[in-house]
Amino acid sequence: MILVFIETREGKIKKSSLEALSEAKRRGDELGSEVAAALLGPAMDCLNPDVFSYGAAKVFLLENARLGAYSSQGYAAAIHELAQELQPKVIFFAATAMGKDLAPRLAAKLGVGLASDCTKVAVQEGRLEFTRPIYAGKAFLSVRLKSSPQLATLRPNVFPLSEPRNKAGEVIRKEAVIAEGQINGQVAEILREKGEELDVTEAEVIISGGRGMKGPENFALLKELSALIPRSTVGASRSAVDSGWIGHQNQVGQTGKTVSPNLYMAFGISGAIQHLAGMSSSKFIVAVNKDPDAPIFKVADYGIVGDLFQVIPPLKEALAKALSE
Amino acid sequence: MNILVFIKRVPDTESKIRINRETNSIVEDSLNFIISPNDEYAVEEALRLREAKGGQVTVIAAGTEESLVVLKKCLAMGADEAVLIKDEMKETYDGLRIAKILARAVEKKFPVYDLLLFGKQSMGADNAQVPSMVAEKLGLPQANVVTKLEIDGNKGTAHREIEGAMEKVTFSLPAVVSAQKGLNEPRYETLKGIMGAKRKAIPALTFEELGLSQEETAPQVEVTRLDMPPARQAGKIIPGTPEEAARELVKLLHNEAKVI
Repeated sequence: MILVFIETREGKIKKSSLEALSEAKRRGDELGSEVAAALLGPAMDCLNPDVFSYGAAKVFLLENARLGAYSSQGYAAAIHELAQELQPKVIFFAATAMGKDLAPRLAAKLGVGLASDCTKVAVQEGRLEFTRPIYAGKAFLSVRLKSSPQLATLRPNVFPLSEPRNKAGEVIRKEAVIAEGQINGQVAEILREKGEELDVTEAEVIISGGRGMKGPENFALLKELSALIPRSTVGASRSAVDSGWIGHQNQVGQTGKTVSPNLYMAFGISGAIQHLAGMSSSKFIVAVNKDPDAPIFKVADYGIVGDLFQVIPPLKEALAKALSE
Repeated sequence: MNILVFIKRVPDTESKIRINRETNSIVEDSLNFIISPNDEYAVEEALRLREAKGGQVTVIAAGTEESLVVLKKCLAMGADEAVLIKDEMKETYDGLRIAKILARAVEKKFPVYDLLLFGKQSMGADNAQVPSMVAEKLGLPQANVVTKLEIDGNKGTAHREIEGAMEKVTFSLPAVVSAQKGLNEPRYETLKGIMGAKRKAIPALTFEELGLSQEETAPQVEVTRLDMPPARQAGKIIPGTPEEAARELVKLLHNEAKVI
């Protein structure tokens, strides 16, 4: 069996969990293993149809009042108990903030190895081989885990969603056992920043700015472009972040976040090695820069040598037109 | 407060990485090594907490003697003590292996502590595993990818970054906290600090002293391949006036790349 931890935010399943489920189904078919989903917390029933349509044959609903707020200790205890009972061969998580927090805790509880932030999973001799970027994408490491179950977190936006199928499955409800005092740290509150920006690790399109943006006020131009494009967000280079023009959560690169969007648009970014490492696995790269020798042009699929302040207005117009058609 | 900070020596983020296919490892000659940048935020936070509340900051690294350089840097920044756990094995990319070693060192050699600080991930293996694994091994709560930390008595509050928002996490001490950019601005070493660090001895602990068997420190992660990323080709430079180029770009993104 391949077990997939399904993450929910505000009553909805995260897209990256459905990607992990889709990948579990593909590899499960190869291994001859069925796929099961684990949903934690109260009142998750309404989400069952989603997990069945993306490939789960079974869903385990783990309930306990102590699972209402996320805590790595409570969640790890609940999944650990389920894993002891089911003895799955593999457990997948999405490599989200929650998945990255929870999976290593569970791995240590089970005493097994973990492959983090994988971008490829292959079946070899009945076991899985995991490929993942290291040095923020300057190299790719492939590993096998000698221990069982094999745990992995899968990077969002990399594994394709399968075509949803109208299928039913088995629902198994369980009361998770979490002892008094087992949780001594948990989420008290979620603090929303203004607006609801998509994180750079989840966006399908990233509109990124660097030193060439010249000042914080000009990031508004990138936000206007982003507002036109569905599932897009604004990113930044290290120098823009270190100048205080935009928050560090938007920083792409080795000292920020490694991203793999469908489209990465770099405005006024020269392309320092640590920035290129963090974005060069993007499917398409566009660069707009005054300097024809900027290293960013060596990785860009499409480049415009010119003043970004002259390119953005007509670009915005052309994008608006194309997207409205 | 008694604070333990765990650091790692990694290649400078400005370095090009080359690989040796025969040994499935990176080529270390001519690489410049630094303290993993996330770990610097952890050291800085420990120093600030000590300045506010008193106590002691001990910095710990597992690795070869080459890690002494980054330990010295932390002493020069102001840490009270630095300790090396001697690990002769090259990078194994196995977070659990390191977590076992660190947790055992804490239990055996540093049993009195309030806070364990880490960087959110080493800039290299990029695992982001060790802090949570050490927390689990020691039965402690954890707050990872933290950009704000407050300690009040034996309670802690941290802000941690999640997708598009922040999570406020509350926990009791002792606890594990992992730091990232945004938490603070690490200080530079002072001349006085550098001189002091030169004189300070850095004790080394062996696996034997920690009662770690060969079996316990054997990697569970088997490296099967190490590859360079697929090379990207420089693409088209779109000619014309800004207006023409912008329109052509949208056309290409729509018709050729099909991403818009």
